[in-house]
Amino acid sequence: MEDFLYLVPIALILGLIGLGAFMWTLRSGQYDDLDGAAERVLFDGDDRPIRDEAPPRQAPDQADPPKP
Amino acid sequence: MSCCAPVSELALDLAADGRRPDEIRLASHIVADGIRQSDLSVPGIHCGGCIARIESALAGLPGVERARVNLSTRRVTIRWRAEGAPPPFFETLRDLGYEAHLHEASADRKDPAVSELVRALAVAGFAASNIMLLSVSVWSGADPATRDIFHWLSGAIALPTLVYSGRVFFRSAWGALRRGHTNMDVPISIGVLLAFGLSAYETFHHGAHAYFDASVTLLFFLLIGRALDHMMRERARVAVAGLAKLAARGALVRQPDGSNAYLGVEDIAPGMTILLAVGERVPVDAQVIEGRSELDCALVSGESLPRPVAAGAALQAGTLNLGAPLIIRATAAARDSFLAEMLRLMEAAESGRAGYRRIADRAARLYAPVVHSAAALTGLGWLLATGDLHLSLTIAISVLIITCPCALGLAVPMVQVVAAQRLFARGILLKDGGALERLAGVDALIFDKTGTLTRGEPQLIGPDLIAPAALAMAGAMAMHSRHPYSRAIAAASGGLGAVPVPPDALSEQPGYGLEARLASGTWRLGRPDWALRDAAHTPQESAGASVVLARDGAAEAAFRFEDRLREGAADAVAALRHAGLPLEIVSGDREAAVAHTAAALGDLPYTANATPEGKRARIAAIEAGGRKVLMIGDGLNDAPALVAAHASMAPASAADIGRNAADLVFLHESLAAVPLAIGIARAAGRLVRQNLALAVLYNLIAVPLAMLGYVTPLVAAIAMSGSSVLVVANALRLSGGPAVPAARPAASAPLRLAGGNA
Repeated sequence: MEDFLYLVPIALILGLIGLGAFMWTLRSGQYDDLDGAAERVLFDGDDRPIRDEAPPRQAPDQADPPKP
Repeated sequence: MSCCAPVSELALDLAADGRRPDEIRLASHIVADGIRQSDLSVPGIHCGGCIARIESALAGLPGVERARVNLSTRRVTIRWRAEGAPPPFFETLRDLGYEAHLHEASADRKDPAVSELVRALAVAGFAASNIMLLSVSVWSGADPATRDIFHWLSGAIALPTLVYSGRVFFRSAWGALRRGHTNMDVPISIGVLLAFGLSAYETFHHGAHAYFDASVTLLFFLLIGRALDHMMRERARVAVAGLAKLAARGALVRQPDGSNAYLGVEDIAPGMTILLAVGERVPVDAQVIEGRSELDCALVSGESLPRPVAAGAALQAGTLNLGAPLIIRATAAARDSFLAEMLRLMEAAESGRAGYRRIADRAARLYAPVVHSAAALTGLGWLLATGDLHLSLTIAISVLIITCPCALGLAVPMVQVVAAQRLFARGILLKDGGALERLAGVDALIFDKTGTLTRGEPQLIGPDLIAPAALAMAGAMAMHSRHPYSRAIAAASGGLGAVPVPPDALSEQPGYGLEARLASGTWRLGRPDWALRDAAHTPQESAGASVVLARDGAAEAAFRFEDRLREGAADAVAALRHAGLPLEIVSGDREAAVAHTAAALGDLPYTANATPEGKRARIAAIEAGGRKVLMIGDGLNDAPALVAAHASMAPASAADIGRNAADLVFLHESLAAVPLAIGIARAAGRLVRQNLALAVLYNLIAVPLAMLGYVTPLVAAIAMSGSSVLVVANALRLSGGPAVPAARPAASAPLRLAGGNA
C-alpha cells in the first residue's frame, strides 16, 4: 500500500518531462509550419527553422557587454 | 494558381514586380549584426517540390545567409547581409515561376496572447491529469492518512497552476470589475478561487472532500475554448496580412541636388517632386507637373474606366499609374492625403460593432447575478436550518462550483471555432467570433459595384469575331502596355502566333494608344479618334468601339470591352433574394455603368456617384429603419461604410484598409461566398442557442442537487466533464453547407461597359 510513495513521484516526474518537452518544442518554433515539416522529411540538408527570438538591435555597440 | 507552372502573363507583369532595392530595404528589419531579414509572401507555394526549389535557388544568391519557406503560411523568410544591395529575390522567384509580394515584417509577429494561452493550457492539462489521478484514488476509498497526503499533493500542484494558468481569467475579470461591469470571467474566477480556498481549508482540517480537481479541470476546459478562439483569429489575421499590399510603401523623390532618393511614404512632404513609374500607386495626394497617362481609380473611387490625366491634374493617393511615367508634385503629406481622410471617416463612422454585445457576454450578465444569489440563498437557508456555518458555506460553495460556467464558456467559442474552420475550408477568413454573430443577424445587403460585383477589369467582347491576323497584330502591340484594355487584348490573343513587333518600333501615346512603325505600315492601336485618319467617317463596324486597330489610318479591327460580373454574382444575388434579403448597389461609378450592372443582376435598386460619406449615410439610413446591414465592398472609398455596417465582407483583392476593416475576407473569386457565409453564420447561431439551452438544462438539474448538499467532488467532476463533452459534440454537428461549386466558365453573365472612353 505504501508503493505510492515512489509511484506518485515517478508519475509526476514523467508528466513534468512531457510538459517540459512540449514547452521546448513550442519555443523552438516546431509548430510554426506543420505542413512544411511533413514535406521536409524527404529532403536532405539544413532544415533548422529560422527563429524570430532575436530582438531588432540598433547597433552592435549598444548591446550589453557579456557578463563575466 | 497552379504551383509548378510558370507565371503565364510574365511579360505583362514585369513592370509591376520590378522592386527597387530601397523598397526591399525599407520593408526589411535587422535581426543580427549586419544581417537583415525580409519576408516575402509567395501565394504560389504549394508542395514539397516548391520548398526545395525556392530554398536552393535563393540560398545560392550571393549575399543570402539563409532562406526558409513556410508552407503553412505560403511565406519565405530570407536573411541577407546588410552591406551592399539586397539580392535579387523577386527576379529569382519570377524565374522559377512564382509571384512574390513584399511583406511587412512587423505584420508577421505572432500574437503573444496565443502562445501564452497555449502554455497556460499545457500547464493546466498537466496539472488536471495528475490531480485527477490522485483524486480518483481518493474517491476509490483511500484511508484518511493517504487521503490527506494526496490532498496536500493536489493542492501543491493546483496552487502554481492557478497562478500561472488562471491569470488569463483573473486579469480579464479584474479589468471588468474595475470598470464596474461583469463578464464571463467573473463567475469563472470566483468559482475557481472559492473552490481552491474551500479545498485548502478542508485539507488543513483533514476534511474528506477537496475540489482541487474541479478548479483545475475547469481552467483546463475553459482554456481549450479560449486558446482555440485565439488561434482562429490569429490564423485569419496572418492570412489577411499575407495578401498583397496595395498601398504605396514609398516613392522615388527628386532631391534638390538633382539626385533621386527612395523615401518612405511618411517622409514625403508637400512640394516634393516625385517620379511615378508605370505600375506604381500614387503615394500621397499630388498634382501632375509633367507627362500624360491614365490612372486606374477603381480601388479609390470605384470608377471602372481608366481616367486620363495630363499636367495640372490632381491625383488622389492610392490610384494606380497605368500609361506612362509621370512627374508629380506632392500637395499633401501622407497624414493629410485621401487615405488618411478615409481613416478619419472610418473613425468617425459610428461603428456597427460598437453597440454590439456578444452573446456570451449577454449571457454572463444574466448568469452571474442568478448564480451568485442562488449560492448566497443556499448558504443562508442551510445556516438557518442547521446553524452549522461550515456546512452552510461548504454547500454554498459547491453550488458555485457546480454552476461554474464550464459548459457555458465552451458553448459559444466551440461553435465559432468550428464555423471558422468550415468557412476557412471554403476560402473565407473570419476575423473574430463576434463577427459571426453579427453576420447571422443581418437582414439587408449593400454591394459595391466595381471590384465586388464585377471583376473591375475589362475583357474583350467576342474575340472570335475579330480577324485572327488583326487580333494577333493587336496582341503583339498590346503586350508592351499595362493599360487594362491592352492587357485584355493581349490575353485574348494569347493562343495566336506572335507577330514580331520590335520594342523600339513601338511608342505609347498616353491617353491615346500605341503606335508601331513597321515595314507593313504605321499601325495604331487606340482611341478611334486618334487611330483613324478620318474619325468623322468611321466604318460601320468600329462605331462605338473603345479601341480600334488601324493601319495607316484605316480601320483593321474594332475592339469592345465589357466589365465581367464576378463569377457567381448572378447566382449569389438570386440566392440572397430568394432568402428574402433586400439588396442594393451603392457605387462611386457613373450612373450608366451602375445601371448596367444593376439591370444584369435583375433590376437591383442602385445609387451611383456615391461618395464615401454617401455610402456611410446610406447605411445609417437603412439602419435607422430598423434593419441590420451587411456591407460588401473592396475599395478605399468603401472603408468607412465597411466600418459603419453591422457586418462587412471584402474580397481578397480589396484595398488594404478595406480588408482590415471588413469582418470577413473571401479569397476565392466567386461571390457565392456571401450567401455561404450568411448560411454558416445562421447555422452557427442556432447551435449557439442550442448549446446555451443545454447549459441551462444542465444547471436546472445540477443546481437543486447542489442546493440539497448532494454534490461531492466526484459528482462535480462527472457533471462538469459530461456537460462540456456534450456542448463540444453539439458544436461539431455544424456542417459547412455545400462546398463551393467548381468554377464554371460560363457562369458569369457578360456585361457591357457602358459608353467606353470615347
